[in-house]
Amino acid sequence: MAGKTLYDKIWDAHVAHEAEDGTCLLYIDRHLVHEVTSPQAFEGLRMAGRTVHSPDKTIAVPDHNVPTTLDRINGVIENEESRIQVEALDKNAKEFGVNYYPVSDVRQGIVHIVGPEQGWTLPGMTVVCGDSHTATHGAFGALAHGIGTSEVEHVLATQTLIQKKSKNMKVEITGKLKPGVTAKDITLAVIGETGTAGGTGYVIEYCGEAIRDLSMEGRMTVCNMAIEGGARAGLIAPDETTFEYIKGRPHAPKGAQWEAAMNWWKTLYSDDDAHWDKVVTLKGEDIEPVVTWGTSPEDVLPISAKVPAPGDFTGGKVGAAERALEYMGLEAGTPLDQIKIDAVFIGSCTNGRIEDLREVAKVVKGKKVAEGVRAMIVPGSGLVRAQAEEEGLAQIFEEAGFEWRLAGCSMCLAMNPDQLAPGERCASTSNRNFEGRQGYKGRTHLMSPAMAAAAAVTGHLTDVRKFN
Amino acid sequence: MEKFEKLTGIAAPMPLVNIDTDMIIPKQFLKTIKRSGLGVNLFDEMRYDREGNEIPDFVLNQPQYREAQILVAGDNFGCGSSREHAPWALADFGIKAVISTSFADIFYNNCFKNGILPIVLPQDAVDVLMKDAEKGSNARMIVDLEEQTVTTSDGESFSFEVDSFQKHCLLNGLDDIGLTLEKKASIDAYEAKLAQERPWV
Repeated sequence: MAGKTLYDKIWDAHVAHEAEDGTCLLYIDRHLVHEVTSPQAFEGLRMAGRTVHSPDKTIAVPDHNVPTTLDRINGVIENEESRIQVEALDKNAKEFGVNYYPVSDVRQGIVHIVGPEQGWTLPGMTVVCGDSHTATHGAFGALAHGIGTSEVEHVLATQTLIQKKSKNMKVEITGKLKPGVTAKDITLAVIGETGTAGGTGYVIEYCGEAIRDLSMEGRMTVCNMAIEGGARAGLIAPDETTFEYIKGRPHAPKGAQWEAAMNWWKTLYSDDDAHWDKVVTLKGEDIEPVVTWGTSPEDVLPISAKVPAPGDFTGGKVGAAERALEYMGLEAGTPLDQIKIDAVFIGSCTNGRIEDLREVAKVVKGKKVAEGVRAMIVPGSGLVRAQAEEEGLAQIFEEAGFEWRLAGCSMCLAMNPDQLAPGERCASTSNRNFEGRQGYKGRTHLMSPAMAAAAAVTGHLTDVRKFN
Repeated sequence: MEKFEKLTGIAAPMPLVNIDTDMIIPKQFLKTIKRSGLGVNLFDEMRYDREGNEIPDFVLNQPQYREAQILVAGDNFGCGSSREHAPWALADFGIKAVISTSFADIFYNNCFKNGILPIVLPQDAVDVLMKDAEKGSNARMIVDLEEQTVTTSDGESFSFEVDSFQKHCLLNGLDDIGLTLEKKASIDAYEAKLAQERPWV
């Protein structure tokens, strides 16, 4: 019998019931909740007279709607609809007794940053949230994926999810990354290779030397965008880097339980003879700093390349490229590093962690944001913000002319006051460059924090390797 | 949830690939705490200009497609966010089936929770259905979930695959929380085992 993949092992450990047709009830260890996709689910419970099955395994935090400006005092939100949604979460968290980090709590932040930071996310767990970027938690070797609101209600009521197993895909990044190349470049390069539907029907395990070499922050960046490649989830097997990150966090196991957990965690890897339905291999040394030029995360090119023409594509992608070029206001053949920008956004669940901010500080220390460029840095949580201040990073940002904000999803999806104006072009460390994503008719170029920082200083997309 | 009955309806062609959930329902409409009323904002930024006037070229604004119940779309429909607001908006508009060569995973599952049937067919079949949809409101497509077929207005028929459990729930309009709670004994047994084997969870 063939060995098991990491996904197989986690799956097998969580099947609470299997029907004859293979439909399973998968037990859920951690359910993360935010204000946008949960109100209808809590309302559904209320109407059916149901309770939350495991409030102790449910963690709620408002993030999408929350303003990030410094005048945000104890959660006062000017936009009425946003305020109602956050207040609904306040009320639901209290009524159903789930763990809660309100806006006024220093630990508040983006749900996918708060979960790992507080030690809620642990190897071998199943983690779900009504948010596609739940894939982030796969960095710990946890099976983590986004669900819809009906499924949020299902998990609240039963602590399980009705699932059928996905296929196994291995994405191996061999060798070492070159200087200036980061986790963001890896994850974008993989999507550039496989396309946004390439992962549909699969759970991806990222492996190889370049992945092993990444910090937990970098691994979270890689797994975060597994969903952009269409995969249900992305996984990285836990190792010493993982255990070191977890140890001592508020909700990590302690004492004898830590030892017991470690014994299991150390078995969480794919066996050498495991079966893979699909394998993709990239050489780490071949990956360059990349940016997106279009309106899909698969529209990825090295910064040294030029804007492509629709004729460079085939099938339905020709029309999509025409539409994307028009939307983005770009001419085919323009060198990517000559594209001028109006705004810079550094933050999000993809790149709002302390290591990301350190990368930015390295690039912008002693420099100034280019004339006419609006640049903001939004830490992923209140604790990331506090740490950046303690390390002196915040001072570097402010001296360079960046706005230094409070924690939230901010301009990643513009459900809050942080938005692009029509036609504005943004160098962004977020995860989606869809039409309208960062504001009506806003234009997004996705890239790493170091690349976004370099663009902020020069005022155009810039190869961070040529920048000093 | 309403039962999915055999459907004979107008199909609207949307040949664009990668139609994402931000296109289906832009983020400014996610601030609702209800499930209903989103149909008017379906495809909002493609359908209306900044002043709220209809953009005449957009397919669902054309007279022959205003009553469409089926969408025929390009590859990777519903990619992006997990927002169930996307199928809520489609259902509220009156869309009951979407046909494409592939769907994003979360969107696909969300459809079944809201009485919408997502149908995956090979490119050549979708090409034929797209052409049929382009004929406008005189052409009625037939979607038969029981038989797992889509039939063009010319009578050309294509079979599709669907998960048996999801088909059963959709045909009978079943609430899956109720079904799961019937398996409470299994969940209790699992939790007892979990407390022994992985007490830190």
